[in-house]
Amino acid sequence: MISESPAPDWSKRYKIEVVRNGTDLSLRLAGEFRLQNLTAFKREFDQYFREKGVLYVVIDFSEITYIDSAAALAFIQIKKRAATQNIDCSLINLNDESKGILSVIHDDALTRPPIKHPDTDNSVFSQIGQSSLFIARDFISFMAFIGELVVAMAYTIRHPQSLRVKDIFFYMRRAGVDGLPIVGLIGLLTGLIIAFMSFLQLKQLGANIYVPALVSFAMLKELGPLMTAILVAGRSGSAYAAEIGTMVVNEEVDALATMGFDPIRFLAIPKILATVVVVPILTIYSVCFGILGGMIIGVTSLDLTVSTYFTQSIKTIKVFDIATSLVKAGVFAALIAAIGCQRGFQVRAGAQDVGKFTTSAVVTAIFLIVVADSVFAIMFYYMK
Amino acid sequence: MNGENDDTIIAVENLSARFGSNIIFENVSFEVRKGEILVIVGESGCGKSTLMKIMIGLLHPHAGKVLFQGTDIISSGESQLKHYRQNIGVLFQSGALFSSMTLRENIELPLQEYTDLAPEDIAMIIKMKLGMVNLAGYENHHPSELSGGMKKRAGIARAMALDPQVLFLDELSAGLDPVTAAELDDLIIKTNEALGTSMVIVTHELESIYKIADRVLMLDKNAGGIIAEGKPLDLKHQTTDPRVKSFFWRLKPDESSEQRFYVS
Repeated sequence: MISESPAPDWSKRYKIEVVRNGTDLSLRLAGEFRLQNLTAFKREFDQYFREKGVLYVVIDFSEITYIDSAAALAFIQIKKRAATQNIDCSLINLNDESKGILSVIHDDALTRPPIKHPDTDNSVFSQIGQSSLFIARDFISFMAFIGELVVAMAYTIRHPQSLRVKDIFFYMRRAGVDGLPIVGLIGLLTGLIIAFMSFLQLKQLGANIYVPALVSFAMLKELGPLMTAILVAGRSGSAYAAEIGTMVVNEEVDALATMGFDPIRFLAIPKILATVVVVPILTIYSVCFGILGGMIIGVTSLDLTVSTYFTQSIKTIKVFDIATSLVKAGVFAALIAAIGCQRGFQVRAGAQDVGKFTTSAVVTAIFLIVVADSVFAIMFYYMK
Repeated sequence: MNGENDDTIIAVENLSARFGSNIIFENVSFEVRKGEILVIVGESGCGKSTLMKIMIGLLHPHAGKVLFQGTDIISSGESQLKHYRQNIGVLFQSGALFSSMTLRENIELPLQEYTDLAPEDIAMIIKMKLGMVNLAGYENHHPSELSGGMKKRAGIARAMALDPQVLFLDELSAGLDPVTAAELDDLIIKTNEALGTSMVIVTHELESIYKIADRVLMLDKNAGGIIAEGKPLDLKHQTTDPRVKSFFWRLKPDESSEQRFYVS
């Protein structure tokens, strides 16, 4: 059997025979009238109705071999428009097929206005207003979420057996172990860049010997915690939001609630605990790689030996600095995980919501990390 | 009954499906005829959904053919498959409406992709389609604002956007209350009668089968294929097969030798 070509020329599948008799116009239709040639035959009809002096139009369906609902609708519209031009238009010789199709096209449905109107108020003021409201509501809901987290945490401390240790290890692996390669690589490259940039400046003063100290100081105090936190926000914060969001969409969160579990305790606490444990370790790991990156420049371009570079590196580091770095990393981790979980719970319906809140989880987490970092910078300055 | 004739719109020939070494069904052959409502029934796991997915070109069978207008859609290329897909409509179990789009945008999608219609024509067609499924005026609603039955009806409107020759409906009445399910049945019958669209329906509702089916195909997991085919009432009253009996008389398998009671 020969198959039909995938793209037939639909305009050749229909014919309109026109007979003009004074004020009468007779149109005999033959062939197939369908979506694919609707634009073509509608245009033809437009011409006939524009002919001067036509008062009566008869459209004869007798030789139509196929008509679909879109074409039937087009004839109804043609008839309607003829009425507005004071032309008497009638459809004759309809077969059962055409009658059937015409019977399901309700005039009421065609003219009924939409029940709901799309939001059209897009003026600058309404946008500013809406965004402000959104930010305010967002802040309140985050505070409420923190409150719920504290309650859930208190419950977990009082009932340690309710803690799902298996989950904690799972997320420690996800956020920590699986992130080692990228965190190490970024740490190494960051250290390399600082070493290289500072070397270019310091060599003019003959102060090459300060490069190791600069690298280790910068990595430990700022760049290590910050870079690690940003990476974890991108890797794990987004994953938490997407995971919980999809669970909301699939009604799994509702199922948890009806089984008597507090979804926050069940889903958020293991993730937050795992992240808080893992991120400080990742930070130290990243700092080590940063120092290693600096060492590559130190040994190759500064004529320092590995042992000199190393002793110079750790000379400036104080225990206080390591402690503050760990505290910072812990706080960043808590922020990332909390935001990720909260955004996940904010998902209401649909795939688009999951995407929106996953994006928001990462953006908000990075924003809060930078805000928290500024606060820490001032705080630690006065603590010394 | 078998063999291709002028009435055949889709012919399934010797279709076999497997998942790994697990045989779902083997050597299934039947045809979908012009303008008929064909209902596929069978217990869970017998391969109804797999069969439907193969017929709409989403799954590749282990062996066999699905002929549409004489061309095998399994072995044919992308362009043939695209042509085939313009001629079929599918309603998925949950409606599968795109949640980020309004109903208008959902129905608009195939019309924009496959036709050269002017925007005002498309708008009118959308209004007509929504009217056909009794959702006139809902074009700016999002799927999340609709009830389960409305979602299914909107799904039908989208599946019917291009006036397909065959409409596939998966688990038509799943998750719907009896009244809504009956309304949906009426809609199916009305659409079938008015537009002459062939329908392939997977459902378990006996009431709905008696009401809408022109022909029933029954698949069985253990037999690995079709065990009965015919008009629903014929199958109910004339069958001697205990598996068919137990389905149509709603008996437990051990009761099927005698007809003690039935609920229909």
